[in-house]
Amino acid sequence: MNYFPEEVLEHVFDFLTSHRDRNAVSLVCKSWFMVERSSRRSVFIGNCYAVSPDRLIARFPRVRSLTLKGKPHFADFNLVPHDWGGYVYPWIEAMVKSYSELEELRLKRMIVSDESLELLSRSFVNFKSLVLVSCEGFTTDGLAALASNCRFLKELDLQEIEVEERRGQWLSCFPDSFTSLESLNFACLKGEVNLGALERLVARCPNLKNLRLSRAVPLNVLQKILIQAPQLVDLGTGSYIHDTDSEDYQKMKSVIVKCKSVRSLSGFLDVAPHCISSIYPICSNLTSLNLSYATGINGTELTKLILHCKKLQRLWILDSIGDKGLAVVASTCKELEELRVFPSDPYLLGNAAAVTEEAVAKNCPNFTRFRLCILDPTKPDAVTLQPLDEGFGAIVQACKGLRRLSLSGLLTDQVFLYIGMYAEQLEMLSIAFAGKSDKGMLYVLNGCKKLRKLEIRDSPFGNGALLRDVGKYETMRSLWMSSCEVTLGGCKALAKRMPTLNVEVINENDQMDDILGDDQRVEKMYLYRTLVGRRIDAPDFVWTL
Amino acid sequence: MESFKATELRLGLPGTDEREKQIPTSTAKSNKRAYPEIIDESGSNGSSTETTPAPKAQVVGWPPIRSYRKNSFNLKKNEAESTGIYVKVSMDGAPYLRKIDLNVYNGYQELLKALENMFKFTIGEYSEREGYKGSEYAPTYEDKDGDWMLVGDVPWDMFLSSCKRLRIMKGSEARGLGCGV
Repeated sequence: MNYFPEEVLEHVFDFLTSHRDRNAVSLVCKSWFMVERSSRRSVFIGNCYAVSPDRLIARFPRVRSLTLKGKPHFADFNLVPHDWGGYVYPWIEAMVKSYSELEELRLKRMIVSDESLELLSRSFVNFKSLVLVSCEGFTTDGLAALASNCRFLKELDLQEIEVEERRGQWLSCFPDSFTSLESLNFACLKGEVNLGALERLVARCPNLKNLRLSRAVPLNVLQKILIQAPQLVDLGTGSYIHDTDSEDYQKMKSVIVKCKSVRSLSGFLDVAPHCISSIYPICSNLTSLNLSYATGINGTELTKLILHCKKLQRLWILDSIGDKGLAVVASTCKELEELRVFPSDPYLLGNAAAVTEEAVAKNCPNFTRFRLCILDPTKPDAVTLQPLDEGFGAIVQACKGLRRLSLSGLLTDQVFLYIGMYAEQLEMLSIAFAGKSDKGMLYVLNGCKKLRKLEIRDSPFGNGALLRDVGKYETMRSLWMSSCEVTLGGCKALAKRMPTLNVEVINENDQMDDILGDDQRVEKMYLYRTLVGRRIDAPDFVWTL
Repeated sequence: MESFKATELRLGLPGTDEREKQIPTSTAKSNKRAYPEIIDESGSNGSSTETTPAPKAQVVGWPPIRSYRKNSFNLKKNEAESTGIYVKVSMDGAPYLRKIDLNVYNGYQELLKALENMFKFTIGEYSEREGYKGSEYAPTYEDKDGDWMLVGDVPWDMFLSSCKRLRIMKGSEARGLGCGV
């Protein structure tokens, strides 16, 4: 294996961009391990508690880009207490000493404090890109620190975050000499925006390609920005037009026509139905369209709009599009790769759009992700009144590349038999209110060889399923079970047999330890493989067995 | 054919039959949940219920929608609900006016029905060409520009944002409007 000098090996490894490929390469022999390790620039850590900052730095000494994920997925739906964990500060603190060349940080479901952002902004001279998804814990003061101190910042992307608003006008903290911005997404911010600072920022950043505005940016400023930045590729419009005043509408029509580079469109938070037609001139260029927050558009207007969007690859819409609208999507958007339909009224049970799964399976065998949420968790098939086992069975059989699946509706163990048999590429499975017995869970654990994440709520799986094949969990990233039949005794047994797992019992009521008997059901259990043992930052209500 | 059966979706594990077997476990399955725990306003004591909950009751974390999205919907809902669109309604020949909240109605059909009930009259059939045929009355409204328009010509949302007051015209005046251009 030592035919080539290290520089050559390094150069060859440069062409490997996927983490899995690089991980595989490092297993070949010791010299490849050493070369790969010192040339690794980008690391992905799917569970921040699987390793520690020190181990990361020891293993990869010259990292420039780090991706970290914290809380389990079900935290998105309020099933995980806010202070469960996932703090980024210790990571930043450790990297300050060792990664002087850090350029990029991508975080998902982590707690990010203003102090973290302040430390980040001051410590890494070349810092270029910060992407935060579903994070929490910071205010606009943290954003101000980033704006003030990161001289070469290219990307600041905040996705679906509740940011606490403080006085301070963070946008005006970008110095006049700052011109490097290429991507800015502050669509989720709720507070006032310094409009003059925004306009000036856009004017002096010639490489700005992505811009997603918040609701507070009025139409006239949007128009000025679009005139100033015709090179935009990704645009989030903020409110857009709500007033039916025809003058605004005519003006916007003439401005939009010039945005020939726009490929991705989102926003339209307050748009009135007929005003959406102002974007028709650029629809034929669009590859991505997100109207999932545009509650103002009705099904008819939505369908009319889709007819103009022949090149769409990604479409996020509300269920107001209806069945007929979805049929129009199918016939118009031949290049569609991703379709997400969100509920326009989350609490309206029944009468949600019905799309027969078997039809989907037959016509869309290339799906890699299928997540169907039937609002009534135990609803049977509307026509046959049978469980939905066959429908999901059809999906896993036809979609051979399926990597992610979420189930809902009335389901027995049968659906899990199908999943275990056919879902060979499945990596993530979400189960809620499904199954009849331990058999269901066992079918999945035995059958899905590539399973990495399994999350289960309100399903009758117990210790029998949990303990049958404990080695399986070492091949997975994590397992979440809440409101199931597993007991404290079962969890303890598992923890004892598998010291490489952290088995966490999350108990928010005051009863703990001796009060909770071994045969009592555990409300929430989260287990994950780890190299570093139990975590030191676990709060009181988290008990690592 | 054996191979046929192998690809059939109805296949069970080899050697098992279709009927479900009870799996004995060491733990007692006392109260098996028939339905998930509900967050109840009246403060239930956490015991699982067998009955279907009232439609308004919500299960924690269901439907699985991110808090951020839920919050933005609630924000919009609150905004919409708190701003009622109150307009005066007059009827030719009636001694006094009424006031209604346009936001309460989902469209023209509901609105017109409500007006019919309120003033005890019938509105005719609407057509774009001929307005309201078959009755003495025509529902009209004053828009932002001060013009009197026939109810029903513009999309509902546009009507909501431009209607200042309603007037139910009667007799010859009504026929004038209803005859189209």
